[in-house]
Amino acid sequence: MTLPAGVGAGTPVAAPAPSQIELERRLWRRQRGRRSVVLSVVSTLVVLAIAYFGVVNTPGWAAVQQSFFDPGIAASTFPDILLGLWLNVRILFFASIGVAVFGTVLAVVRGLRSPVFFPLRMLATAYTDLFRGLPLIIVLYLVGFGLPGLGVFPRLPPEFWGTIAIVLTYSSYVAEVLRAGMEAVHPSQRLAARSLGLSHTQTLRLVVLPQAIRKVTPALMNDFVSMQKDVGLVSILGAVDAVRSAQIAQAETYNFTPYLVAGLLFVVISLPLIRVTDAIARRQQRREQIGGTV
Amino acid sequence: MTDAPVLELRGLRKSFGEQEVLRGIDLTVDRHEVICVIGASGSGKSTLLKTVNLLEGIDDGQVLLQGADISDPRVDVDATRARIGVVFQQFNLFPHRTVLDNVTLASRKVHGVDRATAEQTARRLLDRIGLADFAGSYPDRLSGGQQQRVAIVRAIASDPELLLLDEVTSALDPMLVGEVLDLVTELKQQGSTILMTTHEMHFARHVADRIVFLHRGEVVEQGAPAAVLDDPQHPALVEFLSRVGA
Repeated sequence: MTLPAGVGAGTPVAAPAPSQIELERRLWRRQRGRRSVVLSVVSTLVVLAIAYFGVVNTPGWAAVQQSFFDPGIAASTFPDILLGLWLNVRILFFASIGVAVFGTVLAVVRGLRSPVFFPLRMLATAYTDLFRGLPLIIVLYLVGFGLPGLGVFPRLPPEFWGTIAIVLTYSSYVAEVLRAGMEAVHPSQRLAARSLGLSHTQTLRLVVLPQAIRKVTPALMNDFVSMQKDVGLVSILGAVDAVRSAQIAQAETYNFTPYLVAGLLFVVISLPLIRVTDAIARRQQRREQIGGTV
Repeated sequence: MTDAPVLELRGLRKSFGEQEVLRGIDLTVDRHEVICVIGASGSGKSTLLKTVNLLEGIDDGQVLLQGADISDPRVDVDATRARIGVVFQQFNLFPHRTVLDNVTLASRKVHGVDRATAEQTARRLLDRIGLADFAGSYPDRLSGGQQQRVAIVRAIASDPELLLLDEVTSALDPMLVGEVLDLVTELKQQGSTILMTTHEMHFARHVADRIVFLHRGEVVEQGAPAAVLDDPQHPALVEFLSRVGA
């Protein structure tokens, strides 16, 4: 077996100057690299131009432009919508914590083997089945209007109930992703941990879960980005978030531009995370295919 | 075929970051020749085989297959690899396909052989290694030695010009090593051209036409098995042989 960073290959010695053949190969690779950059730039410009002129030349473009792309209205409604977005960000923050905790608990419970835990396991399974199937908007109505209607809870703002609904729904997705990750950790890892005397819980916490999370990070990030935009749905409960602010502005101006502003703001806050997700996936891929160029 | 050697390495260099793993390897493998590369872990043996199959890029030098430079970035990598058979230490059979599918996959998908012909060839080969009954089984039903023999059959099913064997017995029980090495011996008798790395000195002595000793990324000694194993010149080889007890 060859260790990539050759054990015993001795002290690194400065490599001699590359041969003529190697220099020629490098030149060719550079040229081809430049050619692909030029090609991608040209093809991008062509596609964008076709898309732009295709839309602009439609018969109704003038009217659509007026009601969706009004710069004046965009500028005047921007501060209110941004303020609304701050509520979305706060909901997202608390919902993420809730989902991380509840999702992990569900995943662990579903993974319990002992027959004693059968009822718990069955409950967790029923829960994930139910909440993965229920449309989020219905969960929002049930939680946002149903639970306060019971009259046992103190008066709480709609964003609170919205956060609860999001946690309930997304935990079931995240639990399934985590469970898949835990099952993907090779059984030999469990054996090794138990052989060292770690308890079942310690094995789970110190060996299985960390590896499981690493395996499913891209999928988890995907769920997170999805949740990021779904927090906009709390507007249906009356919470004044970015979407609700846009709706109010739309009612005042008779123009749909505020919705576009809100939409773009959601895209902007999700962009950093999408890039991070890609970077993590790339790094993981590199790690798993050490040395392979296939 | 041309008069050129099946494989020729000229001044092959490869680094991983700061670490130079191959430092100017020159090596030829002639038709019907079996060459065993020996050396300590980390001497660059596996990397050497990977560069031959273009699974690992090189930093300098040339790899020539039948006289044609395959290290040139303009060559079709997939077409080149299709001409070389490789067997890995860990077998790397596809667990989601049956033994027969494993063996016929490349013939059918790469070489465009029709299913009936490919399966006929595969069954004949499996029969020869005594595993015809396992054609419809999945690899997890087989022992390590059986899996490795299937992997070898998979590599030779499309009649490669060169066979690369990378420590094909290192992951096997001592009890199972023999059956795999017997198969390699049989391939030699049928005229296969083989470049292999191995730790089995006894096997290398009896089957290799030439033994190449790799030390810190360089070929420091090579020659007929008897010469290399019984009369080592380089101190590193002397030490290596005393450690492996050959």
